[in-house]
Amino acid sequence: MIEFKQVCIRAGDFHLDKISFDVGSGQYAVLMGRTGRGKTTILESLCGLRRVQSGKIMVRGMDVTHWPPADREIGYVPQDLALFPTFTVAEHLQFALKLRRFHKTQIKHRVEELAEMLGITHLLQRHIDGLSGGESQRVALGRALSFRPTVLLLDEPLSALDAETREEIQALLRTLTDTTGVTTLHITHNAAEAAALADRCFHIRDGQVIEEPKPAADERSSA
Amino acid sequence: MTEHALNRTSEVKAHRTRRRSDVPFFLVMSGISSCFILLIVLLLAADLMFTSLEDFRAAVMKPEIQAAFKLTIISCTVAALLSIWVATPLGYLLARYRFPGRLLIDTIVDIPIVLPPLVLGLSLLILFHLPIGGWELEAWLRDDVGFPVTYRWPAVILAQFSVSCAFAVRTMRVTFDQINPRAEDVARTLGCSRGQAFLKIALPQSWRGMIAATTIAWARALGEFGPILVFAGATRMRTEVLSTTVFLELSIGQLNAAVAVSLLMVVMAVIVLVLLRVLGTGLTS
Repeated sequence: MIEFKQVCIRAGDFHLDKISFDVGSGQYAVLMGRTGRGKTTILESLCGLRRVQSGKIMVRGMDVTHWPPADREIGYVPQDLALFPTFTVAEHLQFALKLRRFHKTQIKHRVEELAEMLGITHLLQRHIDGLSGGESQRVALGRALSFRPTVLLLDEPLSALDAETREEIQALLRTLTDTTGVTTLHITHNAAEAAALADRCFHIRDGQVIEEPKPAADERSSA
Repeated sequence: MTEHALNRTSEVKAHRTRRRSDVPFFLVMSGISSCFILLIVLLLAADLMFTSLEDFRAAVMKPEIQAAFKLTIISCTVAALLSIWVATPLGYLLARYRFPGRLLIDTIVDIPIVLPPLVLGLSLLILFHLPIGGWELEAWLRDDVGFPVTYRWPAVILAQFSVSCAFAVRTMRVTFDQINPRAEDVARTLGCSRGQAFLKIALPQSWRGMIAATTIAWARALGEFGPILVFAGATRMRTEVLSTTVFLELSIGQLNAAVAVSLLMVVMAVIVLVLLRVLGTGLTS
């Protein structure tokens, strides 16, 4: 489903050279690595927000290397969530569907379905001001999944949450990805998180993406 | 007094000293700040004391001052609207993109801010009257388009716009700098083009900045004098705005009328600033 072929990415002094890896359809892959090693850069290049110098990025078997983000049909949840300050929760869930000119009743039905799945039905008319970390995370997830993307990218989605909320969102992520069958690439520092969620686990070491066995369930140290 | 009691006393003294330590800070800061506030208040008070209500009424009843008032309101509003129209895309481009020549454009935008006003007016005059291979912009506008500019009301607006737009661009750039670009990135992954991300995500977040930029542009246009005098002239009932009225009244020895018009400009500026801030920018606190 996702395939990086000899991809080179440069951003100022920082660069990733000839990285190659692939994630199969419906798999939940976790990408680990120390801060500043290029995890977010890989996600950004996958969803089209960062240009690559060379190599190919394949999604659903198509070469999307030079496609604009809008055409890639990839759901993206950045680390800071980047919710839209002028929108209500419902407007977040409607946004991608309105852009695709879905019919009003289809939008309404999809928003209700997503809100129920994410447990945010009671928040639909709220603005994002005052939402808790967990609620904001659910809204960002709903926004990314609203248009039924085949690929979901999560940049440290649990890092800013308290332990209890983290457990909740972690369980929600597993349920959502199992239910929707979306192929997921999830960045984290947390080995326990990777152990709980990952089907496959990748590490960035020396500018390369290397697949390694997923951490043991009781492992707590960061990668 | 026991040793224990002495220790307690010294602790209490030390504690009081610590609590009092903020007072000099606020005294110094507010003392320095109040110098400027006092200067402005004294300037206005002096103007108020110099003129009387009768002088003020007589001045504002003059037909030429009424015409200047009308042209000022119209020209400042048009200049401010044109400024925000230009400043919004330019501010966005400067805030969001790194492109060749960006530093140069950034510097060019600041030129009207640092340029002496008379020089700006002179430059406008030269631009419109410079013969280029027998062709002249002003002559073309006058003869072919039927829209003469120099020494007419459009020159007033153009002179005001040239300066006020620079201030509006600065404000809009800061506004977009403060808006998280990540939200626009996410919007693009959701299906937006860059243009849609700007219109649907960035622009709605920038409305307070737009109001602030429009206000600053309007206020800046109100105070503009040098470029108007050189490029539009100060012809009574035609290109006279309130800033040139002050100059004209002074030049014919009508000090009372000049002060009255000055106070009128102060009132206009205060009304616009307060009104727009209360309505839109939330800067009243």
